Amino acid sequence: MAIASRDFRALRLDHISRCFGTLNALKDVTLSVERGEFIALLGPSGCGKSTALNCIAGLLDLSGGAIWLDEQRIDNLGPERRGFGMVFQNYALFPHMTVRRNIAFGLVTQHRPKAEISRRVDEALTLVRLTAQAEKLPGQISGGQQQRVAIARAIVVEPPLVLMDEPLSNLDAKLRLEMRAEIRRIHNSLGCASIYVTHDQEEALSLADRIVVMREGEMRHVGCPEELYARPAHADVAEFMGYRNLVRSRVEAAGNTLTVSIAGARLSGTPMEAVNGDALVAIRPEDLTPAGDAPIAATVDAAEYRGREFYGFARTADGTELYFRSERRVTAGDAIRLGAPPERVLIYAAGDAP
Amino acid sequence: MTLLVLPAVLFILALFVYPFLYGLWLSFRPNGGGGLANYAKFFADPFLYTTITKTLMLAVPVTVLNVVVSIPVALRVRLMRHQRLLTTILVVPITLGTVLVSEGLLTYLGPRGWVNRVLLDLGLIGTPVRLLHNYWGVFLSLVITGFPFTFLLTLSYLTGIDPALENAAAVLGAPARERFKRVLLPLLIPGLTITLALSFVQAFSVFPSAILLGEPAGATRVISIAAYTAAFEQYDYSLASAIAMLMAGIQVIIVLALLAARGLIYSGPAASGKG
Repeated sequence: MAIASRDFRALRLDHISRCFGTLNALKDVTLSVERGEFIALLGPSGCGKSTALNCIAGLLDLSGGAIWLDEQRIDNLGPERRGFGMVFQNYALFPHMTVRRNIAFGLVTQHRPKAEISRRVDEALTLVRLTAQAEKLPGQISGGQQQRVAIARAIVVEPPLVLMDEPLSNLDAKLRLEMRAEIRRIHNSLGCASIYVTHDQEEALSLADRIVVMREGEMRHVGCPEELYARPAHADVAEFMGYRNLVRSRVEAAGNTLTVSIAGARLSGTPMEAVNGDALVAIRPEDLTPAGDAPIAATVDAAEYRGREFYGFARTADGTELYFRSERRVTAGDAIRLGAPPERVLIYAAGDAP
Repeated sequence: MTLLVLPAVLFILALFVYPFLYGLWLSFRPNGGGGLANYAKFFADPFLYTTITKTLMLAVPVTVLNVVVSIPVALRVRLMRHQRLLTTILVVPITLGTVLVSEGLLTYLGPRGWVNRVLLDLGLIGTPVRLLHNYWGVFLSLVITGFPFTFLLTLSYLTGIDPALENAAAVLGAPARERFKRVLLPLLIPGLTITLALSFVQAFSVFPSAILLGEPAGATRVISIAAYTAAFEQYDYSLASAIAMLMAGIQVIIVLALLAARGLIYSGPAASGKG
């Protein structure tokens, strides 16, 4: 029997860690997930995000710390007693059961009356738009449909928490966009909390209320998508969030904005942490644009048309490589001057270079 | 490209199809009487026809026991770290062959062997238990040589099932027993059927241990002994062929029955395929 009720207030990860032999896959993670929230665990492969999810599900034991659902400690309970829903990367549908029986699995486990099971499975089938496929076996339906069965199977038991482990990574690009919207729609209609593991920053930005960026088993930044996009806490997070220009520099002058030099040119920027001397400057390619009075002189190496605008790659006299955006056509060999608004030039201490 | 199967086809024709058809033809050419005289003789003589039940009495319990024990052991072993070492140890009895194992068991299970000595010293029995030259000697030897085979087959079928399926069932609230009953066992059925069929065929053709460890004139006079006696003691190749055909017929019937029973339970794939 599931212990968790739907009306929980928060799931708390209290300094949890997990080792595999000598490898610390998860180091001292503390996080609180409120009811109704959609949390994305984001990071490159091997960063511990799936380990964290499996620990929450109970499929992996903790090496340290505790997990709380309101006032109840749940990390000592087996996965079958936590009552969470989980969507696996390869869907893990039972190949010998029809779509209907797959979805009914959790309700049958709870020994619900037949009529209730049938009604709730029908509702779930409608929610994921699979009523017509109910009597088929998983092998007879498409990848996108299998994925929706996996979601229906996880949510039909009305879990307080739905865990999703890269559920879209096996789908093609178009289907991935459709399913992304679908997942958010389903989340909104259920009112449960969701934890979603992904390595795709775009997916995390578009789905989540809050994003947890992980790296080497640690939480590096927790924040809302806008914050993470505009003001990443660390240089490595910035790099992961699409700040392709990461240039070593020196702080020239302090004030409201810091002034740094790139290839001899002075550029104003926003400090993200205490910086003295050596600095790391992070600029998104879309914020770095050519203008007649811009400070950085560079020569275009390559440019490509992406419809509406150009994205290019330029080199300064001292060899610094810069990715930029341009509204006008630029071609290789053009001499340009590049600049960015001070609030879009983020300055980090050089110590935590990724 | 199809020519590449030619060597294999020739091999099968020469070493399997031809001897089989020759044996079938021979079985209908008795030393005396009509075409079916050998079969009539077999089913008229209790010394001959009881070999069928005697063989089944050995083969069926041994096969069922081996498969039933293999499942929990395989369930445990698949989680072990030194799986390779264990499987290597288990392969040894298979490679040694039944004769060598039987020879070893002769001393091991004898009245002055280890088994009886230990049981006597522990005070569990007063007089040595008779484990040789009867039904149990053959039974034990079939278990010892048959178990590694059924176990390794079962283990490979079990490890072929995606572990995520069991995890999914666990997260959905199913405790271990229910995960086994509703997910693992149904997915194992196709593999277990094959395992049962192969183990049965192996046990049904028992010969060396039935002679060395059993009571070849009585309780363990199995059907292969009857065929051997006919061929090499009575020099009646025709009757021996008829007995061999009956052996094959019984095996085919049992295997087909197993496959039919599987079809009734489950016939889907063992892994979730992409659509």
